[in-house]
Amino acid sequence: MVTSALFGIVALLALSPIAVFLASSSRATAVIYAPCLIITLMLAAVGGACLFEQPVSSIALPLGLPWLGAHFKIDSLSAFFVIVVNLGGAAASLFALGYGQHEQAPERVLPFYPAYLAGMNLVVLADDAFSFLVAWEFMSLTSWALVVAHHYERENLRAGYVYLLMAGFGTFALLLAFGLLAGSNGNYLFESIRAAQPSSGVAAMVLVLGLVGAGSKAGVVPLHAWLPLAHPAAPSHVSALMSGVMTKVAVYGFVRIAFDLLGPPVWWWSILVLAVGGITAVMGVLYALMQHDLKRLLAYHTVENIGIIFIGLGLALAFKAYGMADAAALALTAGLLHVFNHSVFKSLLFFGAGAVLNATGERDMEHLGGLIHRMPQTAFAFLVGCVAISALPPLNGFVSEWLTFQAILLSPQLSSWGLKFLVPAVGALLALSAALAAACFVKAFGVSFLGRPRTPAAANAIETNSNSLAAMFFLSALCLVAGVLPGIFIDALAPVTNALVGVSIPHQTGLDWLTIVPIAESRSSYNGLLVFVFVATSGSIAAFAIHRLASDKIRRGPAWDCGYPDPSPATQYTASSFAQPIRRVYGTAVFKAREIGEMPPPGATRPARLTVELRDLIWDAAYVPIATAVEYAAGRLNVLQFLTIRRYLALVFSALVLLLLVLAI
Amino acid sequence: MIAIRDVAFQGAQMLLVLLLAPLLTGMVRVVKAFLLRRQGPPLLQPYLDLVRLLRKEVVLAHSASWLFRVTPYIVFAGTWVAASLVPTFRSGLLFSWSADLIALIALLGSARFFLALAGLDVGTSFGGIGSSREVMIASLAEPAMLMIVFTIALIAGSTQLSIMAAHMTSGAVGLRVSLGLALLALIMVSIAENARIPIDNPATHLELTMVHEAMVLEYSGRHLALIDLASELKLLFYMSVIACLFIPWGIAPPDGNARAIFVGMFTYLAKLAVGGVLLAVFETSIAKMRVFRVPAFLGAALMLGLLGTLLLFVSGSL
Repeated sequence: MVTSALFGIVALLALSPIAVFLASSSRATAVIYAPCLIITLMLAAVGGACLFEQPVSSIALPLGLPWLGAHFKIDSLSAFFVIVVNLGGAAASLFALGYGQHEQAPERVLPFYPAYLAGMNLVVLADDAFSFLVAWEFMSLTSWALVVAHHYERENLRAGYVYLLMAGFGTFALLLAFGLLAGSNGNYLFESIRAAQPSSGVAAMVLVLGLVGAGSKAGVVPLHAWLPLAHPAAPSHVSALMSGVMTKVAVYGFVRIAFDLLGPPVWWWSILVLAVGGITAVMGVLYALMQHDLKRLLAYHTVENIGIIFIGLGLALAFKAYGMADAAALALTAGLLHVFNHSVFKSLLFFGAGAVLNATGERDMEHLGGLIHRMPQTAFAFLVGCVAISALPPLNGFVSEWLTFQAILLSPQLSSWGLKFLVPAVGALLALSAALAAACFVKAFGVSFLGRPRTPAAANAIETNSNSLAAMFFLSALCLVAGVLPGIFIDALAPVTNALVGVSIPHQTGLDWLTIVPIAESRSSYNGLLVFVFVATSGSIAAFAIHRLASDKIRRGPAWDCGYPDPSPATQYTASSFAQPIRRVYGTAVFKAREIGEMPPPGATRPARLTVELRDLIWDAAYVPIATAVEYAAGRLNVLQFLTIRRYLALVFSALVLLLLVLAI
Repeated sequence: MIAIRDVAFQGAQMLLVLLLAPLLTGMVRVVKAFLLRRQGPPLLQPYLDLVRLLRKEVVLAHSASWLFRVTPYIVFAGTWVAASLVPTFRSGLLFSWSADLIALIALLGSARFFLALAGLDVGTSFGGIGSSREVMIASLAEPAMLMIVFTIALIAGSTQLSIMAAHMTSGAVGLRVSLGLALLALIMVSIAENARIPIDNPATHLELTMVHEAMVLEYSGRHLALIDLASELKLLFYMSVIACLFIPWGIAPPDGNARAIFVGMFTYLAKLAVGGVLLAVFETSIAKMRVFRVPAFLGAALMLGLLGTLLLFVSGSL
């Protein structure tokens, strides 16, 4: 099976040179994206077939380092991520079939897009550290090329620069992690890494490096700084891939290292992961609430959801360390199910933002409004994504968060005191982030799609093309299916948890009424299907009865607004005024938010101004000092560029002497 | 035979909550009027209001979209389903396992999500102010509610309401610090969630202090009737949850005979009456607070809930 997957990847790679030659032709979009769609669908099918397949299929190719070769394997974990990557890839390709027609610089997008898909697939298939790192870097570089595709906007260039730095930093951390894992003999094969149990000190260092390396790509706080810059800068279907899929590849990297390669975990690892996850979840959503750029808001929500995933993974590590395999399986299932769910609804939301961008040329929510009238289908799909990501029943986001809560409720049995204090706090952070996410998506949907249009661009928007709509409706349907029939998706994760923690949670699909019962019936159960059916029927019955028995008359009139409706759309609530109460509650502490009201003196005719100042404390505390230090050092070392030949010779000579001295000692 | 009986009880519960909800609100209003020495509206006024509103035509703003028209049905249906799944006079409801307490809270969250969107739909400043304040309050009330659920679930070993209620009556619980904290926090959250004084004033028409009422300002006719009924159901839901978790005595067991069910019904009505009187007394004895004092109030609820959970993590017997 791994061979067929590799054939698919080679086919994707082969599309890149074709795209270089075809890019200027008008049919290039269809010629590139249609094969991408077909290949990714086939790869997803291969992943589905491999999920339950025993024995695991693997292959060694004579590529790469001469004495090592390149090893690829598709075990259940890889297969799950292959499905996630390629479902997202297929949806993005379908979306791009329509969206790509409007691309101004197709020659900068088309060649890199298939290569990027191939890179992500290679990462999850790699079975030795060398191939993993090469594929990882390949994925980073192709996505970087896509981020700077629209390089004529200064913002995007800066985003690309920060991204390149952070990607290099992340790969460096992973390189060190794998170097430590490989040991002094250089066993780069995952098989031999697994066999050689690292000492506890080495394992701890590898875990931290893995968390830094994979976490920087996934966007955990405080390594998230590049993510909200880079993800929105790319064309929207690539944004969807970066946010929905590439962050999941990063999660894969972490799961592979922490659950598979490192062997049995130590309890304090989970403290680290849980703390990072909780902080990431809340910080991500708070940042998102302060945004008014639709795509950047979505990117910050990716940070939040990565936090939720890491909470699940951290709980699984804790349970695994204490030998509570069933609970570990539950927490891991919750985390991985959220991986899948987030890849679905985040792609959907980015597609919606892309359709809006296409129709109006605007990413700024303050310039949108009323799009539900002009783009009803996009609005509906986007609404589904909003409900799903806000963890509201009956859609899929709720299921994975519900499972995470159930895992938290099992954790008083953990015997470490650190965890006893941390886990409830993390539970509160998770609950807080879920509630804030709902607030944020009321704002995102309400300000962009509802109300009255704020600009002519929004007032004259037209509905997007049918391919893009098909992609969005496909993902919306997936959100609903995964929400009302979660048992199928939970059962599909059973081989993964079996492989990583030894057991899986009880089989779900055979239960009465398709309920999910993760632990025991007396403990908790949830049936999304019934909840959905109940709400739908009682709502319809109410509507029918009222229309038949009471009144069905409607009169259109001007808005009431307490008697003073103002026709100017500027009287509506904007994104920043909507977030103002929340900014007051949380912003003063987290962002040092300040509101400066400037009133003109009596008699002056200029308007009063309200300015809001927000400071990104993480950027100020972690990134600015490093940048300043590098700049200072570079300035100091700059003199070395302008030496005379005499001094250069002296420098070389003294360096040689120094090195010889070091060797001698 | 058993199946038919269960279906009958589930149906009875759905009708019961629907019929009782306006009565509860009417009773709170009557008691408040009595305490303020006003001549209040009659007890059945909420029913009359609903009927009148249902028969009126809907006046819809030009800028209202389909979402604005669908939302009342979603809000009503979500709240009704949530209220129908709480054990009131008899536990072991047919479908009580289809959503545990976390899911019920989240279902009410869905209803609120749509209502807040509807507030923004027409594009007026009042709808916006209502929505933005509502989500701010919810962003604190919802995590607080979840921490309360955690506290009780850790004691009962379940998040299913009927099993929690059965555990609470079993006598194995006793007096616990964490339960006290959870009860206090739950009352605070219920007040906030139902837009009661001191968080919000259900009777106000002073624009700048409105939260819930500002959000639904543009609604009229049958839409407004549904939204009013949904908020009455929500009040009933929270009272039933408090009754079911903290004073579960009297609820008929699933295999209870006619007498047990009669007792269950009587005690449930008595609990609601006591709850309604207490709410009215509380509301008349306190002034509404400024909107930006609300975070402190709900933050305290969140901390109480967290403290309750933390105590149980430290020791199972606290």
